[in-house]
Amino acid sequence: MAANIEISGISKKFGTVRALDNVSFNIHPGEIFGLIGPDGAGKTTLFRILATLLLPDAGTARVAGLDIVNDYRTLRLKLGYMPGKFSLYQDLTVEENLQFFASVFGTTIQENYDLVAPIYSQIEPFKKRRAGALSGGMKQKLALSCALIHRPEVLLLDEPGTGVDPVSRQEFWEMLGTLRKEGITMLVSTPNMDEAALCDRVALLQEGRIMAVDTPEGVVSAFRYPLWAVRSAEMHRLIEDLRQFEGAADCYAFGSFARLKLYPGNDESGTETRIRTYLDQKGHRQTELLPARATIEDCFIEYMKQ
Amino acid sequence: MAAVITTDRLTRKFGSFTAVNEISFEVMQGEIFGFLGANGAGKTTALRMLTGLLTPSSGAATVAGFDVWRHPEMVKKRIGYMSQKFSLYEELSIRENIRLFGGIYGLSRSAIRTKTDDLLRKLDITGEADKLVGSLPLGWKQKLAFSAALIHEPRVVFLDEPTSGVDPLTRRQFWELIYQAAADGVTLMVTTHFMEEAEYCDRLSMMVDGRIEALDTPAQLKKQYNATNMDEVFRAIARKN
Repeated sequence: MAANIEISGISKKFGTVRALDNVSFNIHPGEIFGLIGPDGAGKTTLFRILATLLLPDAGTARVAGLDIVNDYRTLRLKLGYMPGKFSLYQDLTVEENLQFFASVFGTTIQENYDLVAPIYSQIEPFKKRRAGALSGGMKQKLALSCALIHRPEVLLLDEPGTGVDPVSRQEFWEMLGTLRKEGITMLVSTPNMDEAALCDRVALLQEGRIMAVDTPEGVVSAFRYPLWAVRSAEMHRLIEDLRQFEGAADCYAFGSFARLKLYPGNDESGTETRIRTYLDQKGHRQTELLPARATIEDCFIEYMKQ
Repeated sequence: MAAVITTDRLTRKFGSFTAVNEISFEVMQGEIFGFLGANGAGKTTALRMLTGLLTPSSGAATVAGFDVWRHPEMVKKRIGYMSQKFSLYEELSIRENIRLFGGIYGLSRSAIRTKTDDLLRKLDITGEADKLVGSLPLGWKQKLAFSAALIHEPRVVFLDEPTSGVDPLTRRQFWELIYQAAADGVTLMVTTHFMEEAEYCDRLSMMVDGRIEALDTPAQLKKQYNATNMDEVFRAIARKN
């Protein structure tokens, strides 16, 4: 039976900074749950509290049925924690690092080799290399192997995608998919809104507060404004002009297009023509105009403004 | 339109290892140019040569009209640099940081004063000028760092993962500053691991094993690799090798 995580009213202050403000949500057994928020939102503070490394000022949490304060010793055996900063021993080899983490938890590489094999086998050819000399993607695979070697029920992965290239990042998410089949519950944080779509459910965190908890589709479907993707030869002027367009709630840079957000109106059939005419009047050239779907990022901004 | 960065078979070897292998490309004035590649592909080495910090083994490059091999100091004076890791001094106030950057680039006292006023007004932070940078929200720091990188009116600015980790609202404001700089004729070279950031660029180059494997507009690259987004393009190019 996979483990769950119940977080109830967790708050934490550092001096006058409110890092976490009454945070509550539950993670279901066997779920890949994403904690999505920019740097400084409080993601790492929450991870450190769940990993029993930091005491909350208020609130409680239970991980795999164990209280994070009273049962911290037993809980640590059931937890795998991969901090955002590479925290393995740079001077030890790949194999020595893994051996070290296995022995700290009173186990051996052999005993749990089957669990780490899909990941560890990719770096095993370099097992005599020092951890400090590995590439970003390989370091990450080693860190994940070390977090898994004691067969934890819950994995806490703090920003595994930061500093690694898209290829390694995709491989990493594929590995998480494999681990889910083993019944491991995972909490993954990222500042990268794109990665939300890869989670079963997500919580949006900003300045210590949870703004929403839902499936990625659920978050997106709650967005009510019509959106258009627009581009022209002069992007900077385009954005400024579109902000003055009648019915525009906002316009902002978004990838290779500007994003025009309109207030929900009654008659939307004529919108496209209206925008085109407006852009022609403003003298924009090489214009492209497409209806757009909201992304997690659009929703995140909407919640930030509320 | 004039080329502001040119490289011609630019190469750098470390012992028997070729980190950058005969790369040739041009970046035009006012262009936002994305410089992508997997970890270890040679991006950092190439950038260090283009910013005058590392001598090429062979080949040539000019940045803002100066040869990086013959006149690295002239190159350094004409470029700006900003990254997520190094931006501003946290223990100095906003005003002190601007003065420091202005001083390093040899601006006169009066020029620094005018620039400081302009910059504070543009970012709408005049009332905060004497606050320590360390106490500011990350989004402010990023915008301020970018403005500080522009203080000596460089022709080229190098941005290293400029918006990774910032909230989406700030990211958009930040990219608006970049578009504005480009519209003013500044050339921007952006390195990033985040393909959503890459989509903002006019053209992208993609390094694999020291070479430039692909170079085109985001739209053309997506078409060429039959991909719906830049993530797919990146993986297609990086995995081909």
